[in-house]
Amino acid sequence: MKFYRSHILIGVDDSSLAAGVKEIEAKLREELDKHNLSDEINILETGSFGYFGTGVSMMIYPEQTTYANIKEEDIAEIVEEHFLKGRKVSRLILNTNLLRKYDFNYKRRIVLKNSGKIDPENIEEYIGIGGYEAWEKALISMDSDKIISEVKASGLRGRGGAGFPTGLKWSFTAPIDAPQKLFVINADEGEPGTFKDRLIMEGDPHLLLEGLMIGSYAVGATKAYIYIRGEYKLCIQRLEKAIAQAKEYGILGKNIFGSGFDLDIMIKIGAGAYVCGEETALIESMEGNRGEPRNKPPFPGVQGAWKLPTVVNNVETIANVPSIIKNGASWFAEHGVEGCSGTKVYTMMGDVNFPGLCEVDMGTPLRTIIDQYSGGMKDDKKFKGALVGGAAGVFLSDKLLDVKMDYNSLQDYAAVLGSGAILVMNEKVDMVDMLWSVIRFFRHESCGKCSPCSRGNEILYKLITSIRKGEGKEEDLEQMIEIASVMKDTSFCPLGQSLIMPVKSAIENFREDFLAKMK
Amino acid sequence: MYEKIFEKYSPEKENLIYILHEIQDNHPQQYVSEDAVTAVSEYLKIPRAHIYGVLTFYTMFSTKPRGKNVIRLCESPPCFLKGSEKVLRKLRDVLDVKVGETTPDGLFTLELCACLGVCGNAPVMMINEDVYGNLTDTKVEEIIKKIKEA
Repeated sequence: MKFYRSHILIGVDDSSLAAGVKEIEAKLREELDKHNLSDEINILETGSFGYFGTGVSMMIYPEQTTYANIKEEDIAEIVEEHFLKGRKVSRLILNTNLLRKYDFNYKRRIVLKNSGKIDPENIEEYIGIGGYEAWEKALISMDSDKIISEVKASGLRGRGGAGFPTGLKWSFTAPIDAPQKLFVINADEGEPGTFKDRLIMEGDPHLLLEGLMIGSYAVGATKAYIYIRGEYKLCIQRLEKAIAQAKEYGILGKNIFGSGFDLDIMIKIGAGAYVCGEETALIESMEGNRGEPRNKPPFPGVQGAWKLPTVVNNVETIANVPSIIKNGASWFAEHGVEGCSGTKVYTMMGDVNFPGLCEVDMGTPLRTIIDQYSGGMKDDKKFKGALVGGAAGVFLSDKLLDVKMDYNSLQDYAAVLGSGAILVMNEKVDMVDMLWSVIRFFRHESCGKCSPCSRGNEILYKLITSIRKGEGKEEDLEQMIEIASVMKDTSFCPLGQSLIMPVKSAIENFREDFLAKMK
Repeated sequence: MYEKIFEKYSPEKENLIYILHEIQDNHPQQYVSEDAVTAVSEYLKIPRAHIYGVLTFYTMFSTKPRGKNVIRLCESPPCFLKGSEKVLRKLRDVLDVKVGETTPDGLFTLELCACLGVCGNAPVMMINEDVYGNLTDTKVEEIIKKIKEA
């Protein structure tokens, strides 16, 4: 093994790729070579560091210097100054005043604990930090009942939006006697503003695979699928690589660890349809059909893809499983609040200093998430509201800044946690515009299967468009709420049922914005 | 002409979306033609109506010829908040096309799409496989210019 005096971690994800990270990395290798430093300094590609809007960033260990917004022409200077002369290039150091306000929270992280620290394309790095120990423990020393009761005891709930208890979901499928059962990971992340699953898959693909293996074994599924949206090219590449490596190491395949258990994991690629995030629509799409939702019951856990019992879980949910098995349910339950244990990954966007991700304990109030984990409001502007939970979410006003963010507490305020997307808006933002944008999104994504949703969205869009143009009347607001509530009661799937949340909350919490358009 | 693609997939309906993706990606005009639909229909033994149903359901597929570079600008709320409307105006200006149209030289098609999951860099667009973020008027001009020159 080689010893290096320095390690350079470069965050490679969709955002930095857009900023030209590959060209910069090549230039860096070239410069290090030129100065005969390649044997002393190691370059590692890792996942996202968690903050965005800073172009290409690199973190240098052991001194822990972070350079941001690096351009190709800066590389020669970094190599000469930092690595040859030992002087930091201060103009490129990430704004320390801002960085001081940004808390990575690595100590409490569960699903993103390795992201930004290990090379996601190297299974040995994952194994080196204790990866696949939980899988081995589950397979060798635990049976289905034991795993499921551990997951139940941990209090883990689905992170895709609905918050259904994961252990309970598994317990419906495990006892079914069927020739073939399936386990499906829902990685069709399409909720606007949500990219947590992308960061998990890009930053730590083996963690997802390990959770999937444990889940499959627990319910008795010998075939597993990861249904991933077609736009997530880097995730697809990294997962394919991870699966191939796991097979090569005998962690996946036939008779794993001599246990007699076989498992095969395959990737299914979507083609761009928001509704496919709904589990039965996802199953339709997997079978090669239009992704229109199915009637429930039968629930997928009993009769899913190709009529086989199929468990469908979100990426973030499953990424929690290895830690639960390894450290035990009570360790997990120490995170979060009662009734809602663990952490939650939020994707922060809009008018904050560090748009990006954060993983914090369930129950952390919105104010803390903004101030401590997102660098505070951008340009010190005043907070006006936040759209929490994606498009199928709720417009929260400043009155709810100190409410605990977890599935139960938010429910008391008719709000939801949803997928964990938080779009922060400052005082300048007009909520009529924002609601218009949300409704336009649903109007486009309504799949057309049922009329309440396709028709309802059309009418809502007409109403909000006329209000936005200044042609609306006050009674239109009541009509919009009424239409959305009818859609809630009569739509076939959660897509149409969700409109009530943004519509009602925007109109009720920010009525003055709407009335201002009617003067 | 589609045999090479078919060889990779067993003739089962579950492979339909893969096959369509691959046919589209390999077509210089990035779409699935009527001929292709007929060929797929024969290979998978499923009706053409089903294939058209699938093609028109998913936004990534097109049944009309498109430009060499398909621009997909995100119009979801996070990008909207960060000024996607302004970017759209700029794109329409620079390319001189409406949404859904292709430039006469066949270089660009302008489309809108839902969230691409790169919201930290909003507003965002994808051109073919590449993501471009933190878009401004000048950046849009530069990107288009660079592709034209390439």
